[in-house]
Amino acid sequence: MHDLNKIDEIIQAYADTRTPLIYVLKDVQKEYGLLSDEILTRVAQKINIPLSEIYGVATFYSLFTTTAKGKHIVRCCNNAPCHVKGSKAVLDHIKSYLGLEMGETTPDGTFTLEFTSCLGLCAVAPVMMVDNEVYGNLTPEKAVAILKDYKMKGTSHA
Amino acid sequence: MEQITLKIDGRPVTVPAGSTVLEAAEKAQITIPRLCYHPDLPPVSACRLCVVEIKGDRLLRTACSWKASEGMEVTTSSRVVRESRKIAMELLLSRHPMRCTECVRNGSCELRTVADQLGIREIRFAYNERKGFLDTSSLAVVRDPGKCILCRRCVQTCTMVQSVSALGMENRGYDVWVDTPFGKGLGDVACVACGQCIDRCPVGALYENSHIQRVWDALDNPNLHVVVQTAPAVRVAIGEEFGMPAGSLVTDKMVTALRRMGFDKVFDTDFTADLTIMEEGYELLGRIKNGGTLPLLTSCSPGWINFIEHFYPQLLPHVSSCKSPQQMFGALAKTYYAEKAGLQAKDIYVVSVMPCTAKKYESDRAEMNSSGFQDVDAVLTTREAATMMKQIGINLAELPEEEYDAPLGISTGAAVIFGNTGGVMEAALRTVYEVVTKKPLDTVEITAVRGMEGVREAEIDLDGLKVRAAVANGLANARKLMEKIVSGEANYHFIEIMACPGGCIGGGGQPVPTSLDIRKKRADALYRADRGLKIRKSHENPAILKLYEEFLGEPNSHKAHDLLHTHYTAKTVYSE
Repeated sequence: MHDLNKIDEIIQAYADTRTPLIYVLKDVQKEYGLLSDEILTRVAQKINIPLSEIYGVATFYSLFTTTAKGKHIVRCCNNAPCHVKGSKAVLDHIKSYLGLEMGETTPDGTFTLEFTSCLGLCAVAPVMMVDNEVYGNLTPEKAVAILKDYKMKGTSHA
Repeated sequence: MEQITLKIDGRPVTVPAGSTVLEAAEKAQITIPRLCYHPDLPPVSACRLCVVEIKGDRLLRTACSWKASEGMEVTTSSRVVRESRKIAMELLLSRHPMRCTECVRNGSCELRTVADQLGIREIRFAYNERKGFLDTSSLAVVRDPGKCILCRRCVQTCTMVQSVSALGMENRGYDVWVDTPFGKGLGDVACVACGQCIDRCPVGALYENSHIQRVWDALDNPNLHVVVQTAPAVRVAIGEEFGMPAGSLVTDKMVTALRRMGFDKVFDTDFTADLTIMEEGYELLGRIKNGGTLPLLTSCSPGWINFIEHFYPQLLPHVSSCKSPQQMFGALAKTYYAEKAGLQAKDIYVVSVMPCTAKKYESDRAEMNSSGFQDVDAVLTTREAATMMKQIGINLAELPEEEYDAPLGISTGAAVIFGNTGGVMEAALRTVYEVVTKKPLDTVEITAVRGMEGVREAEIDLDGLKVRAAVANGLANARKLMEKIVSGEANYHFIEIMACPGGCIGGGGQPVPTSLDIRKKRADALYRADRGLKIRKSHENPAILKLYEEFLGEPNSHKAHDLLHTHYTAKTVYSE
């Protein structure tokens, strides 16, 4: 169970915004890490928009999530230019290193693996994004080395 | 109104400004194929079947949403239009399971009809199954998302017509889906069971929880005495299932059909509709005289009861304590009728034929057991009753006419109009007027409360006592009146609410399709039925008078309260 009172504050902050839903969801997700049933129900009650509509918005945008995700989110581009430059081999190597299929999270909660649409960096394809950092000119080995760094950082900071 | 003229396929058409290309084409007798468009709903341009070419426009446009304009030149039949429609249809079909013979909508499927209109004879895309699970969590409505073609009519109906919003869209692109939030299932969200989504669904992705098997089981059981009651709205709609035009009044043929199905007695919910008027009329007068909670809200429509329990629980004291006619019937069938017929309640099986899916939920409520047993054992929709008739080779249209059994089949014109929006109000006013004034009504028909508008108001003078009445049909309209009560603006005495557009004649258990035109024809047929009856006021029903004399005593007596009245439960919109 989360302390849901923060949701009320977030909604209050957008009281003067004409269509506040997406802003509210963005801030709520930042606060709680996900948009769960319990959390979205509270949003629906406070913002007076039906839960079915809020749920539709929360599942429409790929950057919103209704389930808990790992500490780091790895997003691999699945568009054509990256594909031509070998993104599949990169992805396969990442999958086997992390032991994950798309959309899954490692048991230790460190990584979640997802697709992303084009990041506009086709000049340095293939690319991936880890949290808010973008990495280009990837090879399978380079991609896994980057993820190893994240894992190391995670343990050293802990 | 300003008129504009455009050309469709070379022919000039004049329509009111603001019309869509699709509406203009209809006027020119050109049928444009469509699946997501529905006359009750605003266009969403989801199915892409209604595309047309517009001169000077680079893109094809969806006729359902594109506004016609002066001088516009539209082509609805060019090669590019034909090919585009065909591809759109083949793509829809490539994700539809097409197990047509085992589908509840075999025979009334819009997807099949439109595919035929388009001359589809092969599908060039591989079948790609939509992940789907059967949602059987609701007592009334079953969802089979595997058949869904994503037209969004159900979502719009649930949201805009009913303001319930149990259904919504989930995900995006290829993974998009109609669902309840977090996949909880209709039985676990604030679905009111009205079934309006079923009436709008073009395919078999939504249908009622069938009671057909349990009714056959009862009919086949020699130890059971099986009685059936038919709601007012069924008699003006069931003919449609047998190819008769909307508005066919087939009461007596329906009685014959039910008797041939093997029911021991064929009774009429109209009998207890008259009884409802007596109980509710006296309840209204009591509340007015004794300063009770006003306005009094009607309680006949179980979808409406579900709505107010979930969405306006604070207003429940306004709701009449009267059970719906279906439930009054069940309680009396297993007590009063049992006594008269020398039967035991446990041996009587009560089946209802209803224009409604919420009645299935209502009959299952734990408190509906005044007889000591579940008062109503099975509820068939109009569609299910027709299916059972077809199963044994009955063609309703060709049957001779028979009459209901006595005494629970005796009723009045006041009862038969219960199926229309405004009908309960009119029936109640006919009785209340005469009880209060002790004078006969000059004109039986109180047309001020008739019509199809979402909310209607009227003031009726009862010899100096002015009764302010309001009528709403469709739950979005009911919500408007509830907001007025909450804000203190409402100064009505009596409000009639029916959950479905047009009232029960437009119910979620009625033949598909539905539209304002079809609903009007059914409503007219009920008013015709009223005009054709000798007795048109509930308090003049001899069988009702006898029921009070022999059994109940007087309206709102202790016994009447035990058998004919109920209580409600405050619920929430979201589970805690």
